[in-house]
Amino acid sequence: MAKIKLPSPGELGDRVRDSEVWKSIFRPGSIFRKGYKDTSRDRALATMNNVLYHLHPTKVKRHGLKLTYTFCLGGISFFLFIVLTVTGIFLMFFYRPMADVGGAQAFTDMQNIRTSVFFGDLVRNIHRWGAHLMVLSVTLHMGRVFYTGAYKPPREFNWVVGVILLFLTLGLSFTGYLLPWDQLAIWAVTVGTNLAAYSPFIAKQANFLLLGGAVVSPDTLLRWYVLHVLALPFVLVLFLAVHFWRIRKDGGISGPL
Amino acid sequence: MPRDDVPLDQATFDRVLAEELAKGTDRRVAEGRARSAAVRAHRAANPDAHAEAAPAPAAGTAPAAAAAAPAAAPAAKPAPAPPAVAAGVAVAAPLTVPQREAPLPTGNLPTPKKGAPDKHRLLAIVPPEGIMRVEREQGDRVHTWPHLLIEEFIAALIVFAGLVVFSTFINAPLREVANPNLTPNPSKAPWYFLGLQELLRYFHPMIAGITIPTFILVGLAAVPYVDRNPSVKPGDRKVAITLFTILFMFGSVLTIIGSFFRGPGYNWVWPWAQGVFFEL
Repeated sequence: MAKIKLPSPGELGDRVRDSEVWKSIFRPGSIFRKGYKDTSRDRALATMNNVLYHLHPTKVKRHGLKLTYTFCLGGISFFLFIVLTVTGIFLMFFYRPMADVGGAQAFTDMQNIRTSVFFGDLVRNIHRWGAHLMVLSVTLHMGRVFYTGAYKPPREFNWVVGVILLFLTLGLSFTGYLLPWDQLAIWAVTVGTNLAAYSPFIAKQANFLLLGGAVVSPDTLLRWYVLHVLALPFVLVLFLAVHFWRIRKDGGISGPL
Repeated sequence: MPRDDVPLDQATFDRVLAEELAKGTDRRVAEGRARSAAVRAHRAANPDAHAEAAPAPAAGTAPAAAAAAPAAAPAAKPAPAPPAVAAGVAVAAPLTVPQREAPLPTGNLPTPKKGAPDKHRLLAIVPPEGIMRVEREQGDRVHTWPHLLIEEFIAALIVFAGLVVFSTFINAPLREVANPNLTPNPSKAPWYFLGLQELLRYFHPMIAGITIPTFILVGLAAVPYVDRNPSVKPGDRKVAITLFTILFMFGSVLTIIGSFFRGPGYNWVWPWAQGVFFEL
């Protein structure tokens, strides 16, 4: 019987990395491609021939790497947004934004997420704590940008986009606050939205627009759910795209102090 | 061919350079302009020498082509040269080539000529004095991969690890089901609005809830248009930094008071004595 010679794991890896499929996925210069050399050229290609090129140029200013310059706050905010999107999608599978008089389905779903859903409690905790952390990191990011003078020309408009993003982050956090439909949620939102009743001229209209009624009700829950999972993230992603694009077009990170 | 070998008129060079420098032009730019003027002056003065010298730049840019047409090019008579050199003559010495006029437009799509190759190449020769060396300040830069990306990756890992560990041990609050008829005491907004809620104690709701937040948001957005000081050095920005810090501290203190120092009836409490009435 002929002996079949099996390729060793090393050979197998080489063959896979040499295959057409692999090479079609990883463009030249990718660190996962066969023949990546740690040279200046391949380091540049690793960024340039990569979707990351939308975010980063091939070279960045050295002072920007210093942790105490950025504290990585913008990157952390973006990372938290991704974490919140992923955990949020997970939670959406188990949550219905309904709270009719007969029973509060939303609240029951929350209890089920905590007790019955595999990893549900952990994911919900991550989602909630991550949301608070994102509000904090976005605020601190604004502080960092101010203290390094990074809003100065040509970056004025990007600062404005950043303020809009801060506002959207608060909006996302606040709309999400209502969804558990417990005493904490409904009353925090009641206190928060009561202020809208004092807007000049359009008090009633503003309140109705926010709440879908005179007080926080099941209609509010549905409205805020749609805002939280669809409308606000969509708008936020649009502004994020502008924000990131402007960082690159305005010459990357701001200069050293 | 190095640019230094292009014949130029030294007198013109010196004169233009002095003029440009007197105007306060950057030295590098001034030299470029002076060189350009000097080369043009030299050509105007020696049209013949220029026509003979013309093939040289092309040869310089394409050494292989120059090798193909070796010493066969005596000074007086340009030899039948490879296309690259011919193009060089055409561009650099347009007078030696008869003018050709393009046919009038017919409105029809042009049909390719029989036997024409699918691809064509364009060769352009830029006269050396037309090149202005543009140098961008590179500064001290490092490669994004691996330096920046690894740093970002580690930051993301640390944040995620911290978040998972924290979430494993500390549960997010979930109270009893919402009841519109039962107001908890105290009722507090989410923490990031507690500064505003605290302001409600001191101002009319329209001031605290509408005017001040609007003012803060619009004011923040207007910061780069109001602060026209170009310097980023903290020493030059004392006013801006002081104002921003005061605003930031003001917001933080109000938020902390609203979070930890307000209890039932939204009255003042000492958190270490009466306990904390705060939930995230």
